[in-house]
Formats: sequence, structure tokens, C-alpha cells
Amino acid sequence: MATVDLTTPPSGPSVRDLLTQVDKRRHRKDRTMRVLIWGAFVLAMIPLVSVALTVVVHGVQKLDVDFLTHSMRGVFGGADAGGIYHAIIGTLLITLFATLISVPIGLLTAIYLVEYGRGSLARAVTFFVDVMTGIPSIVAGLFAYALFAVFFGPGVRMGVVGSVALSVLMIPVVVRSSEEMLRLVPNELREAALALGVPKWLVVLKVVLRTAVAGIGTGVTIAIARVMGETAPLLIAVGTIDSINNNLFSGRMMTLPVYIYSQYQQGLVPCTPGQASCIPTINYDRAWAAALTLIILVMLLNLIARLITRFFAPKNLG
Amino acid sequence: MTSTQSPPDAAPVGPSPTAARPQRRSGRDARGRVRDRGMSRVFRWLATGAGALILVVLAAVAVFLVVKAWPAMTEPTDKLVAEVPWLHGASSLLAFVGPLIFGTVLAAALALVIATPVALGIALFISHYAPRRLASGLGYVVDLLAAIPSVVYGLWGGLVLAPFVQPVWAWLGAHLGWIPFFSGDVSPTARVLLTVGLVLAVMILPIITAVSREVFLQTPRLHEEAALALGATRWEMIQTAVLPFARSGVVSAAMLGLGRALGETMAVLMILSPGFLYSFKLLVAGQQQTIAANIAAQFAEATPMSVSALIATGLALFVITLVVNMTARWIVSRRKEFSGAN
Repeated sequence: MATVDLTTPPSGPSVRDLLTQVDKRRHRKDRTMRVLIWGAFVLAMIPLVSVALTVVVHGVQKLDVDFLTHSMRGVFGGADAGGIYHAIIGTLLITLFATLISVPIGLLTAIYLVEYGRGSLARAVTFFVDVMTGIPSIVAGLFAYALFAVFFGPGVRMGVVGSVALSVLMIPVVVRSSEEMLRLVPNELREAALALGVPKWLVVLKVVLRTAVAGIGTGVTIAIARVMGETAPLLIAVGTIDSINNNLFSGRMMTLPVYIYSQYQQGLVPCTPGQASCIPTINYDRAWAAALTLIILVMLLNLIARLITRFFAPKNLG
Repeated sequence: MTSTQSPPDAAPVGPSPTAARPQRRSGRDARGRVRDRGMSRVFRWLATGAGALILVVLAAVAVFLVVKAWPAMTEPTDKLVAEVPWLHGASSLLAFVGPLIFGTVLAAALALVIATPVALGIALFISHYAPRRLASGLGYVVDLLAAIPSVVYGLWGGLVLAPFVQPVWAWLGAHLGWIPFFSGDVSPTARVLLTVGLVLAVMILPIITAVSREVFLQTPRLHEEAALALGATRWEMIQTAVLPFARSGVVSAAMLGLGRALGETMAVLMILSPGFLYSFKLLVAGQQQTIAANIAAQFAEATPMSVSALIATGLALFVITLVVNMTARWIVSRRKEFSGAN
């Protein structure tokens, strides 16, 4: 459809020849750009495929039940032992608590923006939510650390500090996606409910939220998936540890991304030749297996998000 | 009921609570706006409070960073250098932050230079070249790049990409060494800024693609058809109708990408072998370091004073990204205003 079809006019072939001859340079340019644009897409697929392939190929070697159900406590040298149980627990607890903080605040802010927001406060909130999306994750970690250090003294490392850091990153995402979904709810529904004498807050809770619940669920799930992979703030605020810690409010915790980083950082193990149970690359193997676990978790959440949309979406939104 | 406890601020305050009562019954305040009562009011205040909380949080981020950075910023320089081991004898905190800011901006700029053309290509591909039925699916595939955690990119960059690109970098150094960027001894491990820039480019590709794709799709259909009807090829149509329309959107997309690249920690931390110089040598190890990676690298073993110094550098990063992001958002919002008039 790009090049106009000129074969139909009476003097057809000659006009066509004329045009294509004159336009040779233009057509060559058009073709070059087409190749470049296709090339750009193919180029972008290379890292995606490469990352996915290497993580899966390296990851499956070490990923087994034993790896998933053991911590790193007492594991040293190149021993073929240890696992990520403590890191999975840490990631799940910290992310769950971050969700508990972010969803109420984010959802209420979205409701404010859609249902009540007028004037300068609403404009400021919209603008600064956008700005907040751009806060570097490490700055969020520093903020959480500084906040808790003011109250608990320096050197504080707790799971909940990480949750606060993650929720700083998560709130704007939740606000954005919920706001979009709430705006999709047709005004007629609100007006009909109000006309029936339903108080405003019940209209919001029972009509607007009920209509938008699928979209909000999807948005929240994607936000969770996004913060689950955050490393830098957790490295700063939560620290690392080799044993299991189930308490968010005391002591360091291990998380999956930080586990990957710390294993990578330990590098190759210097094995003495002839030592039977020593694998030089054991740390990298663990890092790959943990990376595979993390990616599976994140993709699972993305999949759940899609399923929520498919199964819970009202049929006539618009 | 809360309505009996707190009289509405806009209503004239009577001598006793009962004086305001008949007015409240009528359901309108002094300015004639509809007023809500009971749970509705609680709910409205709750929602407004949450909105205000966002502003408070953002302000708190700035305030707490300043509070914790204050000791390092006010400490006499000689004492600070004595207490903080990683200042490398810099004459002041500013003299130390300088190279870090330089490294951060250089890495981000590099990523942007690599990522923007590719991202625009992908966005055009999805909006104007790909078969209609594939387009949305392809957009989802590009978004998958954003779903991969940054630490995995770091792992991949350090263990897979760096060994892979080393021969290429060596070739660049041997044949294009006269360009200042490629001069010097090429690192045998490829843990250099160019590798970092490449990984950062992959990481910011999805956001630039997503924003510019949206803008490209908003091009008025009539403009495109008019260009085609005048005999333009598809590329000429894009040149004359799509790109001018999308220019400001593309600029802000690139700036959003820049903001993300500035704050990225893990990829830099896991790949780059750091140094603290004002150096443009992209292929030599131990030249540059970024603010974020430096914080993550030093934080675990830091004394209170050096934590304070690190937070001061974090504050600098916060300000830089804030300026970049606000500019980007401002361009987007300005564009929205005049495209709405079309």
C-alpha cells in the first residue's frame, strides 16, 4: 500500500516505467530504510533471546529440589551444597509487605485523582507521581535507610526497610495503572448509582472499583513483578545473610536478586587439584540457578496478570 | 458521625455547632458546592490524604537524604578525607563527586546514543511496518525486555556479553585507536564503559520504544494518507508526516530513557572495573565509575561518616534524575496541550 499502484490508467506501462526510472533513488532509499527498520527489530531480539537462553541453559543444571529447600548456612569453599530457600522467603516476605504498603496508598491516590481531584493539588499529584516513577532505585534504598537510621540509629538493616524502599518504587506504578483503569469506568454507572441515592463512597467502592477490579489487579501484579527484581535498594537496606530469617522487623534478610549478586561477586573458587568435592564455578552456577528462579517468578506474575485480565474483565467496558 | 465533629471549613462558623446545622441539612455549603456527609466525607478525606501523602513522600525523600548527608557536607575537608577511605585524597567532597557525575552522565549518554536509533526503528517497525496482526504481540515481546530484572542483565553482561565483545573491542582499539574514545590499552576482560553502555542500552530500549510507539500511532491518519496520495514512498511518508508530528514525543521518550540509565546500579556494578578519572577512554579498564554503582559498592563496609558522604552523592544523583525526568514530563505535557487542539 506504500507505493501507489499505477498500472490501471490507459497509458499504464509507460507511465509506470517513467515513474520508477525517475524515482530510482527514492525507492532505493525507501528499501534501505525498510531493511534498517526490520534490522533494528531483529537486533533488539538478540539480547532478549541470548539472556533467556543462557539463563535457562546455565540455570537448569543446578536448579533442583535440594537447591530450593536449603539455605547457605555453613556452606563454604567449592562444596556442591547450599541453596536459595532463605532468599526466596526473604523476597516473598519483603515484596508482600511492600505490596501491603503500596496498594492502599496507590489505590486511594488513584481514586482521589479520578473521583475527587480538581485544582492545583490534583495537578501537583499527577505531576509528581510521574516524577516519582523516575526515582533511581538506589536513591529509594538510601531514603529508606536514612528514614530508619534517623529513628533506629545508624547501621540499621531490616526486612521492613527494604519493603519501604520498594514501596517508594511501587506506589507510582500502582497509581498510574489504577488511575487508567478507573478512568475507563463509564460515567453513566456513577451517575446511575448516585441518582439512586447511593452515597458517594459506596458508589466508589461498590460500583467503580467493582467494575475496574480486573484492570487494577493486573496493574498491581505487574507492579509486584517489577519490584521483585530490584536489587540495589535491598542490597543497601536489607543486607545479606546466609541463614533463614523469617522476621521482617529484626536483622538482615537475604533476597533472590541480592543472592544472585553476592554469588556473582564471590567469583570462581580456587580449588586445590585432586580435591574431590570442589567445583570451581559453583558460585556462578548458583547465581544462574537463582536467576532462573527469579525470572520464572517474575514471568509467572506477568502471566497471572494476563490471566486476570482475561477472566475477570467485564465484557462491556468502554 | 464525623460530620457533627468537624464543621466544614467553607461554611461560616457560628457561635455554636447547632448554628451550622440547618445549612448542613440543605446539603450545600456557603459557596453552593455539593457537600458530602458521614462516610462519604471520611472517604474523601482518606483519598485526598493519600494524594497528599505522595507529595509528602517525595519531600521526605529529599529531606531525609539532606539530613543524613549534612554531616559529610559540612565536615572540614581534611577530616573528611581522613575518615572516608574511598575519597582517594580528593581535595573536597565536590572534587570527588565530580568524576562520579562525569562517569554517570557518560555511561547514560553512551546508552542513549546506542539505544535511541534502535528503539525508534523498533517503534516504527511496530507502528508502520509490521503486519497488523503481529503488531501488538511484538510490542509485548519488547516489553519482556523490561521484565527481566537488572541483576540478571548484570550477570549476563559480566559472564556472557563481556567475553563475547572483547575481540570486537580489541579490533576497535587496534584499527580506530586514533579516535579518542577508543584510545589506550584495550582491557583483556572487556569490563569497560562501552560494554556497560551496551547493557544499559538494552535495558532502556523498552521504555523508549513504548513511549515513541504511542506517539507514532497518534499521527493523524489523514496526514499519512495525504503523503501517500502525493506519491511519497513509505519512508518519505514517515519523514514528512510521522516524524515531525512525533518529534517532541521522541525527545521526551529519550529523556525518560536517560533518566533510567542514570540511576541504573547493578549492570554497572557487576560489569565495570571502576576508576575515578575524567576520562573518555571507553575501552580501558579502571577509568570511570557511576554514582549509583559506587554507593552500592561502598555501602556495606561504610563507617557513619562515609555513609553520610555516600548519601551526599546519592542526593546529587537524585537531583540530576529529577531534573531530567521533570524536563521530559514537561515536554510531554506541553505537547499534550497543543495536540489536543488539533
